Formats: sequence, structure tokens, C-alpha cells
Amino acid sequence: MSRDILVIGGGIAGIQSSLDLAEMGFKVHLVERLPSIGGKMAQLDKTFPTNDCAI
Amino acid sequence: MTDKMDEKKGGLEEIRIGIFICDCGTNIAGHIDCSAVTSYAATLPNVVYAKENLYTCSESGIAEIINGIKQHNLNRVVVASCSPRTHQPLFQSSCSQAGMNPYLFEMANIRDQCSWVHMQQREGGTEKAKDLVRMAAAKAAFLEPQKDIEASLVARTLVIGGGVAGLSAAEGLAGMGIEVILIEQKSELGGLLRQIDTLGPEGDKASERISGLIGALKACPNVTIHTDSKMQDIAGYIGNYDVTIHQEGREEPIKEKVGCIVVATGALPLRPEGLFGYNGTNVITQIELEQMLKNKSFDAKDIVMIQCAGARCKERQYCSRICCMIAVKNAMIIKKQNPGANVHVLYRDMQMYGTEKEQMLWDARGMGVRFDIYDPDQPPEVKDGNVRFFQPLLGKPRDISYDLVVLSTPMVPREDAPNLSQMMRVAIDQNNFFMEAHAKLRPLDFATDGIFVAGSARYPATVEEARSQGLGVASRVATILFKDKLVTSAIVAEINPETCVGCLGCQQMCPYEAITYNPELNACEVNTILCKGCGCCASTCPSHSAQLKGFKPQQLLRQIRAV
Repeated sequence: MSRDILVIGGGIAGIQSSLDLAEMGFKVHLVERLPSIGGKMAQLDKTFPTNDCAI
Repeated sequence: MTDKMDEKKGGLEEIRIGIFICDCGTNIAGHIDCSAVTSYAATLPNVVYAKENLYTCSESGIAEIINGIKQHNLNRVVVASCSPRTHQPLFQSSCSQAGMNPYLFEMANIRDQCSWVHMQQREGGTEKAKDLVRMAAAKAAFLEPQKDIEASLVARTLVIGGGVAGLSAAEGLAGMGIEVILIEQKSELGGLLRQIDTLGPEGDKASERISGLIGALKACPNVTIHTDSKMQDIAGYIGNYDVTIHQEGREEPIKEKVGCIVVATGALPLRPEGLFGYNGTNVITQIELEQMLKNKSFDAKDIVMIQCAGARCKERQYCSRICCMIAVKNAMIIKKQNPGANVHVLYRDMQMYGTEKEQMLWDARGMGVRFDIYDPDQPPEVKDGNVRFFQPLLGKPRDISYDLVVLSTPMVPREDAPNLSQMMRVAIDQNNFFMEAHAKLRPLDFATDGIFVAGSARYPATVEEARSQGLGVASRVATILFKDKLVTSAIVAEINPETCVGCLGCQQMCPYEAITYNPELNACEVNTILCKGCGCCASTCPSHSAQLKGFKPQQLLRQIRAV
């Protein structure tokens, strides 16, 4: 059984799953349709309520 | 003295600092002159390389740090950009990748503390950015390499609460091979779902769902369930928690050692004493209606439901979010059982988010459920036999006769939540719901390492939300317990036992209870896993025996004197 995992979509859900899986020790392949990951969140400036830069 | 210093310096390798100035798009470069800051940085002592990046945190920015370290043989890196709170780990890992000790990295915050606060003052802002960069470089020269701290991990988890969230967390964890100890206050598992009749208008029975979940869990060999049990005490830290559980009817407390803890204690529907004529007989709550539907004692014909009963008011400002869906579901169940029944829903706003729930609202209207808006300043009055409310379209009060009034009350935190919060040192919000570490990015974590939250303990959750949070929490726990050891930051306090006189000043200041007194040495000691590197002890210690690695007096003084 291959222990690699494919994550389709590089938005916040895809990135968080990839991070958690990588932390668990799995090799993750994250696939994103666009040239950069980040999804909708990357298009935001700051996020409420912490005013963190979205990117 | 000078000779000694020179001797010492001669023994060390040459300090080679690389400085990376981030534009952060227009966030920094829009308000200060980043090119000027970069050329200034290049002139600072020990600086051998300075580079401006559009986004230092982008892939190309990271590559520039790695290449810079390799090509220019850097042994110190300063990034002048945003907050270390969000980006220090990323830049430190880039340094490691290039073979540099990550603790030789320093950050200057020229965005949150400079460009954002001096938006209309380009010249002054630029000068301040130069100051900040010079200070960071001065400190960087005196940084010392450190080694991450390693500790053992107990691959077991304690789940507190046997409702949907707790059961799901336990199921997820057990499925991944992590041993689970589940404790439940009541004598039976299932939580609030035990009191609910159906989960949807189609008549999906809650009891069947819950027995399915409990059955799956009981079949797991690596799950221990303690019912009639409560948390009594907790000690230790991530990876090594010692918990004491009190089980009713048992004299000796149960003691367990676990690596992580999941808080899934749920919430309770408010009993609206004194609101809208609540009496528990013909003016009842949704949860009481559920029980009537469940034991088939429901026989009302004219039903009025009042939404936001005791919610979104002075005492409880929050929206409990799930009561609208519960009301619509129950209204549809009643109409299905008896199409001749009159169901009238009085609401302030209908909160039916998602595709299916919105459709439910339309379906309910199609079935003849009546919806009328009310103004919170003129709430409905429950009188004997009728409910009077102000109909804004008609512009006058209207009476609806009833034989049953159902109040949609909010979910409220459990009374023991503040207690548990204090015992476990996890945060609660102004309403006493448990509070996550970060509203957006860490919804299932507590700020305390190794402790997590799921379900209505955090905020009123639907069954599917409690379930997905429970399963999500299992995955968060696995990110810790799938490893064979715990690795944490070396930025912790250390206390020199030679100079410490055991005054305990630091112990009183420590917000993490990381400091203990050792009577044999007559000195205080730091637990390096509990220590979060806040520096309270270091700033309190009258003899400078407590020092924070990476923020030692000589390092901070260099930084301050560079102003």
C-alpha cells in the first residue's frame, strides 16, 4: 500500500490537510489548478478579527 | 578586558549577517522607502549581504534566503518584514534548510510596528525602519546557536465528554491506533442527542445514530470508557499529562497518563425561567418538544414558536445559530404528522445557512408553516391562550391563539466550564464557551499545547459540525502523537543554580507554572516543555539568574544601544 497522499486543491482546507498529514509523517502531494497556492484567502488583504495579513 | 574580548572574538568565526528587506507588496513599500532601507542595511557592521524582496515569504523570497546563506556564507540572517508571530517559523526553517542554525535568525517588524502605523509619514517611517533593522542586526551578531528541546510522548489521549463530538474524536483516534480514555459525566454515552427525537425533517432518528456511534466505539479494543466520571485534577504538560478522574461510587480515583486531551463537554439548552411565560407545560422549550415527540405525547394543534428566546439579548449577546434549524425541522415534523396543525414561527432573523438548510426553510413554507418577523424592542407577549406580537407589515398588533408555545432557547455553556477551564489552564470567552487558540487558523486547538476542543463546548454546533470537529480534533492529536518524541523550541528560560537564592519571585510571575523550587539546591528550576519563553521570570529575577535564551541581557542591551 502506498503511503503517499494526494490533496486536490491548495486553498485553506487543502493546505491545512496537507500540513497535518505531513506532521503525521505522510508524504503529501498537493495539486493546485492555479500557478500559486492560497486559494481565496490569498486574495484577501487582512483577516478579521486578528488583522493578520491573509497571505 | 579589551584583550579578553578580542581573544574571545578571535576564537569565534567571523560574523556574517545577511539582511532581507521585505516590501510585503505595498504593505511596507507603499509607505516607506524599502530600497533606501536595503542600501542602508548593507552599510551596517558585520553585514555582508542585503537584499530587497517583493515578498520574502514567497517561494522566490525563501529561495533568496537559502541562496544568500550558501553564496555569501552567512551565519546570521535578519528579515525585516512582518511579525515573528506569523512568519518566524517559516524563515527559521529556511535557515535550517540552508544549513544555518535557526536560532541565529532575527526579525525586525517594519510592517505592523512601522509602515502600518506611519502611513502618511514616508520619511520618518523610513528612518524608523532603518533604526529597527540596525537594532536587529546588532542583536543578531550576539545570538547563540541553540538545539531544539526533545521530550518523550505518551501515545494515549483523554477525551472528556461522550456526546457526538467526543464519540467522534474517540472513534477517529482509535481508528488511527491511538489509545483512548473517554470519560462521561452521565451514566450513559450520547450527550444531548439522547434527548433529541429526529435529526432532520425526513425523520432520521437520533437514537439510531447515537447507538451506531456508541456501538462502533465499544467495538474498538483500544478504547476505555468511564461513565459517571469527572475530571478531578490534572498535572504535567503536552506529551505527559497526569490526569485524575473521579468516578461516582468509586473511592479510589482513576489515574491515567496521557499525551493529549480533548475537551468535548458540550453545552446545554437554556431553561428560560421567567421568559415568555415559560412553565414547562404549555409554554415549553424546543428540547422539551423533542422529548414530547420522542415519547409520542405530543398532541397540540395550534403551535407558536418564538425564536431567539433568551438569545441575542443583553445577558447573552451571541446567536446560538442552530435554533432556527431546530425550529424549522420540528415545525416540519409536526406538519408531517398532522397537516391540519397550525405552526407559526415568530423570528428576528432566520439563520438557515448552507444549501440544504435554506431549502428546508422553503419546504417548510410550502408545507404551510407560517413565519412572522418580530422586533426585539417589541417582543411577542405570551398571554393566556394567545400570543400577541406586532406585525410590522400590518403596522399593528396581532393575536395568534395557541395550545402550545415552543421557545427556541440558545445553547449555553455548562456550569462547570469555568472550573474545567481553570483546572486545565485553557481559555474561555466572555460567555464561558471554551476559546480556541486562533479564531480562523486554529479552530480546534487551545493555546495550551496538547489540549484540544470540539463540539458545542466551543460554540453551539449541529450534529454534523460536532462530528466533523470531533474527527478533525483526532487528526490534530495525531499530528503530535504519531511522532516518537516531542520537539519544542529552545527559546526557554534557564536559571543559574549558582547565583539563584531561591526567592521564588520568578515562580510567582510564571503564567505557565513552568517553575518549581528545588529545596536541595535552594534554587528554582524551569520545566523546559512548559516554558513558553515569555521572559516574565527573566525580567523579575533580582540577581539575573533567570535568563531567556535568545533574549539574554547582553543580546537585548546590544539591541537597545543600537537605537
